[in-house]
Amino acid sequence: MSEDLARFEDVENPVMPYLRQERIPHIWCPGCGIGTTVNCFARALTESGLDLDKVSIVSGIGCTGRVAGYMRLDSFHTTHGRAIPFATGLKLANPRLKVVVYSGDGDLFAIGGNHFVHAARRNMDLTVICVNNSTYGMTGGQVAPTTPLGATQTTMPYGNFENPFNLPFLADACGAVYVARWTVFHVKQLTRAMKEALLKPGFTFIEVLAPCPTLYLRRNRLGDGVDQVKYYKEKSTIKHGADTKEVGLGFQSDIVVGKFVDRERPTWLDSMNQHFSKVLGTRFQPWGGSNGED
Amino acid sequence: MKSAIPKTVVVPPGHRRVGMEDSHAAALAVRQCNVDVVAAYPITPQTHIVEKLAEMVANGELDAEFVPVESEHSAMTVCVGAEAAGARTFTCTSSQGLILMSEVVYITSAMRLPCVMVLANRSLSGPLSIWCDHSDVMSIRDCGWIQTFAENGQEVYDLVFHAYRVAEMADVQTPVILNVDGFYLTHVVESLLVADQEVVDRYLPPYRPRHSLHPDRPVTMGAYGVPDLFTETKKAQDEALRATYPHIVRAWQEWGDLTGRHYHPVETYRTEGARVLLFTMGSIGQTAMVAVDTLREQGLPVGLVKLRLWRPFPHEDLRRAVAGAEHLLVLDRAVSFGGPGGPVASEVRSALYGQVDAPVVHDFIVGLAGRDVAVPDFEAMVREVLARKTAPRHEDYVIYGARE
Repeated sequence: MSEDLARFEDVENPVMPYLRQERIPHIWCPGCGIGTTVNCFARALTESGLDLDKVSIVSGIGCTGRVAGYMRLDSFHTTHGRAIPFATGLKLANPRLKVVVYSGDGDLFAIGGNHFVHAARRNMDLTVICVNNSTYGMTGGQVAPTTPLGATQTTMPYGNFENPFNLPFLADACGAVYVARWTVFHVKQLTRAMKEALLKPGFTFIEVLAPCPTLYLRRNRLGDGVDQVKYYKEKSTIKHGADTKEVGLGFQSDIVVGKFVDRERPTWLDSMNQHFSKVLGTRFQPWGGSNGED
Repeated sequence: MKSAIPKTVVVPPGHRRVGMEDSHAAALAVRQCNVDVVAAYPITPQTHIVEKLAEMVANGELDAEFVPVESEHSAMTVCVGAEAAGARTFTCTSSQGLILMSEVVYITSAMRLPCVMVLANRSLSGPLSIWCDHSDVMSIRDCGWIQTFAENGQEVYDLVFHAYRVAEMADVQTPVILNVDGFYLTHVVESLLVADQEVVDRYLPPYRPRHSLHPDRPVTMGAYGVPDLFTETKKAQDEALRATYPHIVRAWQEWGDLTGRHYHPVETYRTEGARVLLFTMGSIGQTAMVAVDTLREQGLPVGLVKLRLWRPFPHEDLRRAVAGAEHLLVLDRAVSFGGPGGPVASEVRSALYGQVDAPVVHDFIVGLAGRDVAVPDFEAMVREVLARKTAPRHEDYVIYGARE
């Protein structure tokens, strides 16, 4: 080790306290974008000032699903697609918790798509972070509901012909109160968005575009993780408040990033408390939400 | 002397010898069956089968619709819809995928739609595991499908044709699950005999559905069964599944006549004069044959009985196969929690209950989530059985090799 490096031997990475270091090394491939999002998330947690004993993280299955296992938070690794209903139960049983769902595009929008739609509709008080790498990474690169038209995947060997989801538009249409998209190039903006989403009551959603070098990039001859981050840098335009209808993604197309939606709607618990207070009067004891902690 | 490892294999007429992954052999067989619709969702370890099929469709080698559905529940449902319209279908899954689709799995058989599924066997969560055991198939033991087990790549390939042949017979009209051990088979490259299309075409006629949805012949499928009819419907379904047995055997006989490769509901290896019989399902049978050879060389009178047909359960074949043995060492790859040990041993005991001179059943639960069961393990289990002073009670079992 050179002398220059030796000076830093005792310096701890500020993210380390947020990680279960006994689980490291992680399973992610070199050039994968998920680790970058975890860095941003750890910093967002610090900046949010949230009591970590009151933050819980829930994941589904897949490469991003591993995040729950690496974070030094109360965490649950659910079955494929079921992070949101698990998180819903967790939040309602203990409304004092800040519940974060951290999962991939295949998990949240294919097998778990129905849950996303309904949790957003209800304005369940959850923060959902979707790392979108355009593929099913862990099972070997099959076509996903987020794979851009024309991109090659194992189950679409000459290019995808199925129309992909425009995730911000979906979240917006279903009623999410906060919708943003960033890429792993935009670490500052992503960190800020995560902090905002964590502190905002209701269903908040962030899509993070991230490279999958092993399966998506390699199969589409797009180079390595760095090449894709350069693409994010060159082709991204920040457009806060953009019409979510207009932010769909094509194959290596221009990317619109930014905070698209930030609005107020009563959360599910607030709606429930209001409804039963009206119907049952003083016989009803409000539970969670803005009425108090429990 | 018979040996577990054949020294030379003659390529029969109408065949060629090819080295390929067992998953690709399954996909090739599905292609040769000329299916119309394939629907599947990614799950390890079945993915190579459907990826290969997707490639065949994309290359124009298979004229079928490949639907990359959003979940296994949808995969099975797409197949049911396609079958209802008279198409030949295929799906493939494992473990969590199977239990997610299980709602529709039960409906498929009740509607008598002859779908074919390859189940790449993998343990059920939790804890989460991707490795092989039989807890997935045992979770749908009573789903009303015909269920067969393959032991090696050649069997995977051959049994796909058998699945379609049987399922679509006019008197059968019942879906078939072909169990293929995850990783042990799905990810192994073997030397296989691949049949010419002409051989397949002689074996498998074009699909002529007995009932299908057509505007000219309107029928209702999936209707409500009032209590007054429900019992009779279930009795009819049970009788229909039991009645598939002779057709299953006949279809294996026909395949044997065409290719020289014969299959039976229960198969045996070196059982003559055996005091102890091993009892296996799936790929573990290959190791068990080597173990039998090894133990016979040591002078231990050990043989092997392999169950190929799990549903309908071949009670009579089983009784015949084990007659004369003192001990039957059943190897289960799943646990029936709080029940009578492993599900296979439980059914074997039931088949032998009250039989005069039936062997004593010893239940060993082995190979959970891909834990290897090697020749020395078989030897240890056989020696443990022979050392037992008293017969185990019906509900006794051992989870072999588990650390305390």
